[in-house]
Amino acid sequence: MIGEMLSVTFITGLLGAMMRMATPIIFAMLGEIITERAGVLNLGIEGIMLMGAMTGFLVTLSTGSLWTGVLAAALVGMAFALFMAVLVVYLGLSQHVSGLGITLFATGLAMFIYRLYFGSPTVPPIVEPFTRIEIPLLSQIPILGQGLFHHYSLTYIAILLIPAVAILLYKTKVGLKIRTVGENPFAADTVGVNVNLTRTLCLVAGGALMGIGGAFLTLAHQNMFLLDVIGGRGWVAVAMVIFGNWDPVKGAIGALLFGLVDGLQLRLQGLGLHVSFDLFLMIPYLITVIALIGVSRRASVPAALLQPYRREDKGG
Amino acid sequence: MPAKTPVNDTPVIEMRGITKRFLDNVANDQIDFTLRAGEICALLGENGAGKTTLMNILFGYYSFDEGSIAIRGEEVALASPKDAIANGIGMIHQHFTLVPTQTVLENIVIGTKDEKRFFLNLKGAHKKLLDIQEQFGLHVDPDARVWTLSIGQQQKVEILKALYRNSSVLIMDEPTAVLAPQETVDLFKTLRVLAEQGRSVIFISHKLHEVMEISDRVVVLRNGRVVNQKRTADTDVKELANMMVGREVLERIERKAVEPGEPVLEISDLTVLNDKGLEAVKKFSLTVRRGEILGIAGVSGNGQTELCEVLFGVRNVETGTVRIGGEPLRLGHPLSSVRSGLARIPEDRIYMGLLMDMTVEDNLQLENHWTERFAKNGLRRFDEIAANSQTLITDYSIKTDGKDAPAKSLSGGNLQKVILARELSSEPEVVLASQPTRGLDVGATEYIRQRMVEEKVRGAGVVLVSDDLDEVMGLSDRIIVMYEGEIMGEVVGSGADREQIGLWMTGVGS
Repeated sequence: MIGEMLSVTFITGLLGAMMRMATPIIFAMLGEIITERAGVLNLGIEGIMLMGAMTGFLVTLSTGSLWTGVLAAALVGMAFALFMAVLVVYLGLSQHVSGLGITLFATGLAMFIYRLYFGSPTVPPIVEPFTRIEIPLLSQIPILGQGLFHHYSLTYIAILLIPAVAILLYKTKVGLKIRTVGENPFAADTVGVNVNLTRTLCLVAGGALMGIGGAFLTLAHQNMFLLDVIGGRGWVAVAMVIFGNWDPVKGAIGALLFGLVDGLQLRLQGLGLHVSFDLFLMIPYLITVIALIGVSRRASVPAALLQPYRREDKGG
Repeated sequence: MPAKTPVNDTPVIEMRGITKRFLDNVANDQIDFTLRAGEICALLGENGAGKTTLMNILFGYYSFDEGSIAIRGEEVALASPKDAIANGIGMIHQHFTLVPTQTVLENIVIGTKDEKRFFLNLKGAHKKLLDIQEQFGLHVDPDARVWTLSIGQQQKVEILKALYRNSSVLIMDEPTAVLAPQETVDLFKTLRVLAEQGRSVIFISHKLHEVMEISDRVVVLRNGRVVNQKRTADTDVKELANMMVGREVLERIERKAVEPGEPVLEISDLTVLNDKGLEAVKKFSLTVRRGEILGIAGVSGNGQTELCEVLFGVRNVETGTVRIGGEPLRLGHPLSSVRSGLARIPEDRIYMGLLMDMTVEDNLQLENHWTERFAKNGLRRFDEIAANSQTLITDYSIKTDGKDAPAKSLSGGNLQKVILARELSSEPEVVLASQPTRGLDVGATEYIRQRMVEEKVRGAGVVLVSDDLDEVMGLSDRIIVMYEGEIMGEVVGSGADREQIGLWMTGVGS
């Protein structure tokens, strides 16, 4: 068994799986980081990903265009995030309750729309998924090349988004505004930053990324829509935000670790051990929980996370 | 100091007939206010007089219901702080508007416009900030994280933030409340430099001596109205006090000499960590006797809060012991603190002292609802409870719609009386009062100080922790000064030297 695990094909395959499994989580995690850095926890993430997965699949099936499907998934993610913004930013409702409500609602709606179109087919409809692209030269590197540089374009986009979000947050004026809104909305307001608009835009941008993360699962990773296609990856993304201490790069490292363990458990299943596969499925989630226990004690949460902002709420 | 002659006659700011209502409450009633270039104008009034509201209106943070604002002769609409900043108005709030995890520079540049569109131009900002620091003599490291700075330095960052936006009018809301005496001296120097350079300062305060020292002109507010305004040179502390309160102010509370009895609170070798895991209280020992008020002075954040929390039973200790009435106190157990005969009057009464959504009666019952008097076999005895509530409401003259009114319907002074009623009615051995009059009006303040003296006369040991040096000096029989978790110095209350205490507060030893 150890011998098999050290073979070139095994390592190449594992690296490939790591990248693939991490992709939807990186999208969703970056979306959640942008949102939380502005002071809003979006627990609608799991439902928004499922809506993105379903919408992307449906639109691609009817238009034949994968990128139209991805775009539709982003738009539907933005729409749900906007709904979330109305609830928690403008009405000031509990972010926990609203987020979970949106996840429940979006989950039900995704099922409903899918059934509306396809009923309960014995053979589920499929799309022609994205094909993988080899990056010239880099993909020729022995062992690593095929594992790291032979992927779907969405995976490359996810990787490029990691530094992009980091630069946005730390090097731009917009990023400074976002961080200040999440740390001290009153301070942001007193220098003329529109707190609620900033939060809404962050939610919407984050929603788009979550939608795309969902669509990756039905348009690239798989070629069909299943009701459990997200499988808790939204929650894992939330966990990775904490694991990464609200930093895009550290969060992405967490997502890649999750992808690695997820890829590993798939391969362990394939080795023919006589253990229920459910136990293998558990491994990445279990490791996530253990990692969180280790890391989250030192977490530096955005100070204004969960707090709605309103002027003139004092009596004088 | 003499009033300066304004450069030209058009006022920088002219507010006319400003009225602002919060629901039924009129916070500002037909207020007229003018300010000239190079002038330091004090806005004086009690809590709730409407000073901060008026300034939040000028800063565009609150809307107003009636009136108009003109800046340099032109009428303006200030819909948000952005508009006020664009008109050269900067405000330094009582609670700083800084992000502790960001650098000084990041805190200063946020929201400003410069030539580069998308990316932060921190290099250019750095240079501009250093120029401003040079011009006004305000030096703070631009790359330091704000949480590493002292309160005085953080205030400088706030002033720099306003100057960076080229503010010609600086509104300062009780800027000295958080400062040690020496930091106040520095601040006043800065304000004079600003005025000399033609900028104007509005100085909100209820501290009369400071107003006399720094301002050119005083505007006194009471109940949302301007009751009077004068050139500072033409008035004195006594007159200002009377204008502010609207009646003759009582002389300070009589100290009442009591022969102190045996020790009732003994703290030895107490070491406590703060939330960041740093030592907030270091090897702290203290003895308080029956019949004395021990005042703990110090700039806030020097371990007072942590010390109180330990005694309240809500913070764990590293080392040390506490005895109350000779019995060792089980530390870290709130119930032990209650049962030991300690009256707990917390600094943040709304967060720690009361349940705002529950009734006055429930709040009065918080620490004794399980006692035999109020419960039998686990069932509450409502007749007894109601009788007790009525008695306490009368005895402590708590103004409320009744024992079943929610706590949040009470004013700050009455909330504090609810806490006093709960804590003092059991005739405690030790009274620990942290910031007991913070944010209260003069009437409630007098009442609470009076109660502290009565407790001492009854024979309790009273510990008074307060940022208000006048309060500590006025009430205490003995004063200790805390600095960085240690006792910096100790003096007898009567005839304590204010300047000496001030030096101790900033860590200058004797």
